[in-house]
Amino acid sequence: MSSAGKSLPHDSAVGHVTGRALYLDDERPMLGELHVGFVGSPIAAGTLEAIDATEALALPGVVGCWTAADVPGHNLFGLISVDEPFLPAERVDYVGQPVAVIAAETPEALAAARRLVRVDCTEMPPVLDLDTAIREARFLTPQRRIARGDAGRELAKAPQRLSGVFRSGGQEQFYLESQAAIAYPGEEGRMVVHSSTQNTTEIQGVVAEMLGRGQHEVVAICKRMGGAFGGKETQASLPALMAALVAHHTGRPARVIYNKDDDMCVTGKRHEYVTRWDVGFEDDGRLLAIRFEFFSNGGAFTDLSPPVLDRTLLHADNCYYLPHVELLGRVCYTNVPPNTAFRGFGGPQAMAAMENVLESIAQHLDVDALDIRQRNLYGVGERNVTPYGQVVERNHLPEIFTQLAESCDYRRRREEIAAANAASRLTVRGLAITGVKFGISFTATFLNQGNALVNVYMDGTVQVSTGGTEMGQGLNTKIQQLVAEELGVDPRRVRLMPTSTEKNNNTSPTAASASTDINGAAAVKACREIKERLAAFAAGELAKQTGESGLQPRDVCFADDAVFSTHRPEHKIDFGGLCMAARRSRVDLGARGFFATPGIGFDQAAGQGTPFFYYTQGAAAVEVQVDRFTGELTVPRADLLIDIGRPINLGIDRGQVIGGFIQGLGWATAECLLYGERGELLSHSPTTYKIPAATDVPPVFNVALFDNDDNVQNIRRSKAVGEPPLMLGIAAWAAVKDALAQVDSAASRSFTLPATGEEILRCLSLAPQTAPQPSAAMPDG
Amino acid sequence: MPDTFTIRVNGTEHAVATDADRPLLDVLREDLALTGTKYGCGEGACRACTVLIDGEATQACITSIETAAGSEIETIEGLAASGQLHPVQQAFIDQAGMQCGYCVPGQIMTAVALLRSSPQATDEEIVAEMTGNLCRCCNYENILAAVQQAAGRAPDASAP
Repeated sequence: MSSAGKSLPHDSAVGHVTGRALYLDDERPMLGELHVGFVGSPIAAGTLEAIDATEALALPGVVGCWTAADVPGHNLFGLISVDEPFLPAERVDYVGQPVAVIAAETPEALAAARRLVRVDCTEMPPVLDLDTAIREARFLTPQRRIARGDAGRELAKAPQRLSGVFRSGGQEQFYLESQAAIAYPGEEGRMVVHSSTQNTTEIQGVVAEMLGRGQHEVVAICKRMGGAFGGKETQASLPALMAALVAHHTGRPARVIYNKDDDMCVTGKRHEYVTRWDVGFEDDGRLLAIRFEFFSNGGAFTDLSPPVLDRTLLHADNCYYLPHVELLGRVCYTNVPPNTAFRGFGGPQAMAAMENVLESIAQHLDVDALDIRQRNLYGVGERNVTPYGQVVERNHLPEIFTQLAESCDYRRRREEIAAANAASRLTVRGLAITGVKFGISFTATFLNQGNALVNVYMDGTVQVSTGGTEMGQGLNTKIQQLVAEELGVDPRRVRLMPTSTEKNNNTSPTAASASTDINGAAAVKACREIKERLAAFAAGELAKQTGESGLQPRDVCFADDAVFSTHRPEHKIDFGGLCMAARRSRVDLGARGFFATPGIGFDQAAGQGTPFFYYTQGAAAVEVQVDRFTGELTVPRADLLIDIGRPINLGIDRGQVIGGFIQGLGWATAECLLYGERGELLSHSPTTYKIPAATDVPPVFNVALFDNDDNVQNIRRSKAVGEPPLMLGIAAWAAVKDALAQVDSAASRSFTLPATGEEILRCLSLAPQTAPQPSAAMPDG
Repeated sequence: MPDTFTIRVNGTEHAVATDADRPLLDVLREDLALTGTKYGCGEGACRACTVLIDGEATQACITSIETAAGSEIETIEGLAASGQLHPVQQAFIDQAGMQCGYCVPGQIMTAVALLRSSPQATDEEIVAEMTGNLCRCCNYENILAAVQQAAGRAPDASAP
């Protein structure tokens, strides 16, 4: 029996459809549990003068209010740079930054109390936009650089040269389950924290530090998340700290559930970028030299901005060979919440910048953009070394581009679209194929480790706990399948348990698309250890029963919920019976597996190395239609082709591909963050911030997996799938740029991302002489 | 001062003493421990909190208990009360209509209301009705396939 490779339903599927799958706020309150919330800074920048909670504390049901002075241990945190206060004592850095924590007996009392706390500040001029931060050199980090050859010299010599500035916007994670934590005070100051987090180890660490305790006094647990997308990698910490602080001071359970507006206003998002680019190329569009200078909007604190920027630099090439290249990057300080991880982690911003360059070259040379891209793809056996020195092995990009161009009928549709555009005064259509080559592994090499605890019980059922957290990506289901496959049992015998630091210590965040790779591999290693012991025991048992002499452990086969000798497969011992007998013979039926991704390493200072275990590759062909008078965008067709190796769960992985693409479409075409003049987020709810809906799925949507069996180094020849498809959404933006260019080159040149209706209309209005004007017969609007 | 309101939820009558403007969602979750209905945005725009009020798909987060009083309310917990999954629930499992799962109860309740009034809803009707229910995993293709299955059609683009 083989369970891996099949489309087993999500392991919580029945719970999801019946409402019985519990998210944090669905847990029944414990006796005496408190409702906890925060009071935020009223200003974007300034000094904190006084916090007065007198009125709030006088309300019935309000239990307490705590500020920086009440933090027993550390109050300053940060994985990369320790610069973010849990509760600031002197300075505030963004609107809504938590400055006080309040607890009440009821949600109503909490809501009333939060409004009554007075926060007095002295306001200072905030830095609210990236251009100001760049001009004033307000940087959070030193410059990062990756380079090869002599970009300056080759740019000067190049027969063709273009340059410009490219802008891409931020994106709200918009997980539907807001940030959440519940802390239970334990004996002698110990603390148990349930958190909606991608990173139980970080929650354990920050809570221990904040309480001034050892990590052994804190247990952090996550059963599941109602979405995360990177937004709960570091930023689940603040609510967890709030809950733990209240539990510490009151000795009572404490629950923090952000409401949606608060969540959107005070948590970090995908980084907005400004990118200066300068490219030199041959007359046929072949790239000779390129320089990118990336500026990311880090917000008020460092958070994960440096590794996000690293991934930007490592993906500026996207799918294309860059002979001479200089990549520079800076993280800018601004007075918005610290920006953070979001699916793609700096990759989308880099790839969009690169695709913008290629689209610009195509328009400049009046050559089809697909030809330009295909001429510049990484080669097989040559032209295959990245700017950071890693060889692109087992490169399938040329085949993927060729296959997709054929299957989506690119050339014929190009002609059809040109004819349609010539004939229509109302709409203009565009088409683009863009690619993705996404490096799999954390760029911080040490994080590429996973561990798993496998407990086999004497009835032959199995519990598995790993460091990976379940946020909807199907990690638990895929590991369930890997374990069932390895032990040769029905997957219904295998149950994935909540992620807990008590069972899995020193875990890496569930991020970088790599959680099945590292935690799944660790679980399989644990299973092999158990099997080794069981095989030795079973060899003896089988020999006793059949009289077969000289039976070796290696002859024992695990399959069909049983073990048997390969020589006499008709004689089986049921797996449950074997486990029972093994236990009675004092055979250990539990193991912990550990996996560290081999062969990777990256020298950040030199900007050189092999940061990635392998690449997930793909391409998308997207057609768009733009209303020339309103700027309204529709996406009538999308075709995706992606190489995710041999999927462990085809249904789940396909869901990641389609969902990731649509989410990327949201970033590239619709989702727009707007801030007020004082730094307050204006688009802080689904009424003002548009994420894709069911109507945004292209009416023609073809999703195909590239047939590939060669990713031999990874678990079961699979490939990571979580993040890469998001960047296929960039094809929609490129297609709009293509459409704008067909109106006028001036309309397309300054086009930014996202391609909202407003942005498209702005660009169309830049071409007054050539764009068709509404005739007198046209109705207004 | 709290008033007492009577609501029937999944066939059982409850008398709830609470403020008139308290959202039905809070009453369901906090007073009746029916946590299958989820809070998403609190302003009726994501529909994670969809329940049926007298058969109509309604956002429980912007419906006051006073408005809901005297009505027949159905929540996700009521669908499989007999122990047997409702066909829409089964279709969501068959078509992998969930990723993180958080929006799924609301999606299912919207679909149930649609299919009760229009058992063989067309694809266009399904998209038009379901589009108000947000799914940040953007698993829409599978969600629509599930509703198509429940409407008695083999979906054209189902999970393999």
